[in-house]
Amino acid sequence: MFEPKIVAFFCKWCTSAGADLAGTSRMTYKPNIIGIRVMCSSRVDPEHILNAFKNGADGVLIGGCHPGDCHYQSGNYKTLKRITLLRKMINDLGIDKNRLRLEWISAAEGKRFTQVIDGFTDEIQKLGKLKIEQL
Amino acid sequence: MAKPKVAFYWCASCGGCEEAVVDLAEDILTVTDAVDIVLWPVALDFKKKDVEAMQDNEIAVSFINGAIRTSEQEEMVNLLRKKSGLVVAFGSCAHIGGIPGLANFSNREEIFDYVYTKTPSTMNPAKTTPQTNTVVDGYELEIPEFYNTVKTLDQTIDVDYYLPGCAPPLDLIMNAVMAILKGELPEKGAVLAPDKSLCDTCPRNDSKPEKLMMSEIKRPHTVEMDPEKCFLAEGVICLGPATRSGCGERCINANMPCRGCFGPVKGVSDFGAKSLSAIASIMGIEGEEKMTDEDIQKLVDQIADPAGLFYMYSLPSSLLRRKVMK
Repeated sequence: MFEPKIVAFFCKWCTSAGADLAGTSRMTYKPNIIGIRVMCSSRVDPEHILNAFKNGADGVLIGGCHPGDCHYQSGNYKTLKRITLLRKMINDLGIDKNRLRLEWISAAEGKRFTQVIDGFTDEIQKLGKLKIEQL
Repeated sequence: MAKPKVAFYWCASCGGCEEAVVDLAEDILTVTDAVDIVLWPVALDFKKKDVEAMQDNEIAVSFINGAIRTSEQEEMVNLLRKKSGLVVAFGSCAHIGGIPGLANFSNREEIFDYVYTKTPSTMNPAKTTPQTNTVVDGYELEIPEFYNTVKTLDQTIDVDYYLPGCAPPLDLIMNAVMAILKGELPEKGAVLAPDKSLCDTCPRNDSKPEKLMMSEIKRPHTVEMDPEKCFLAEGVICLGPATRSGCGERCINANMPCRGCFGPVKGVSDFGAKSLSAIASIMGIEGEEKMTDEDIQKLVDQIADPAGLFYMYSLPSSLLRRKVMK
């Protein structure tokens, strides 16, 4: 069975706290993600995402605060626009846009955190390994 | 004392960079007074064997334009690297891939298939395509190999300096030549142009509103553009925020938005990703908190070809370097 590698960027204030809640509540989820905590989802530069794909990630997940909840007022709105545009662009570059996903997960949503991780892992499993020629 | 030797060479390019050297006009006499040109295929009759006969590092500096697309180009730049003290990547194609680099949205098979069978003017029932080795009447013929992927010069050989631009502007060429002659060169690997972004030096900078915002995306051919106003403020995508300055704002002065031929500002590795980031951030910024996912998708879909737009000049130098082929 193909075990995908997923790089996941979580904002410190919401999604990362949601992950902590899932952990302290002893919820289980698939072990395919490599989590990276950032101060805000808008800190994730499209360069970071392309770098992840280039270096072997089969999927990239970004987790941020729900609209209206951003600790920095409007960071997550910027993220939404960038990721929407980037999904379109990577699709044209031969990387299925569904390999990149943005989710809003709050600090209270431990359960939802595990569901998102499991769901995204399943989806990447179906898409298969991302084969990028190393030039 | 013998004059320093200089070589000019071209790879996958349009010839515009050669034109830029010719455009130096009388200034080229200053250059030829100070140096001996030992190779310049477009203008002078020196051959590969002349270069092969030289000592290593005998050429003071080689200016190489064009991207690397064939085995012949690769062989020639390796030879020039061996014979040259300094190598300067001259122009966008050598620097970041340039327009020939757009071929990386495709591959050799697709290109040959289109060019040699599918173009409307082609009659090729036997589907003959160029072969690196062919036997004709008992003789083996060899032509250079056409590579699957276009590369920049520094992905092929070690490069000392970069002169950006499509084509590089005359003042930057002269500055570079003079700096080399005087031995006043910056650290190795430097781009011989300012480190600022184009917006910083743009003549329309004053017309840029305090808060830039694009509520809709207009393509240049669909609008009459105000010759004084910031393109972004008018809803026309301009890549000035992410592009290195120094071009002399030639496109802006011709009322066309920037497309990034100078490549990224210092410290950026993927021009397309950075310009995408800059443009996406100012799209619909007024009232962004009220926009639904569908509203944002609609706005984003107004950019017809984001990959082609943001990587117009820089696909081979991007992180992925090419489209991932099935």
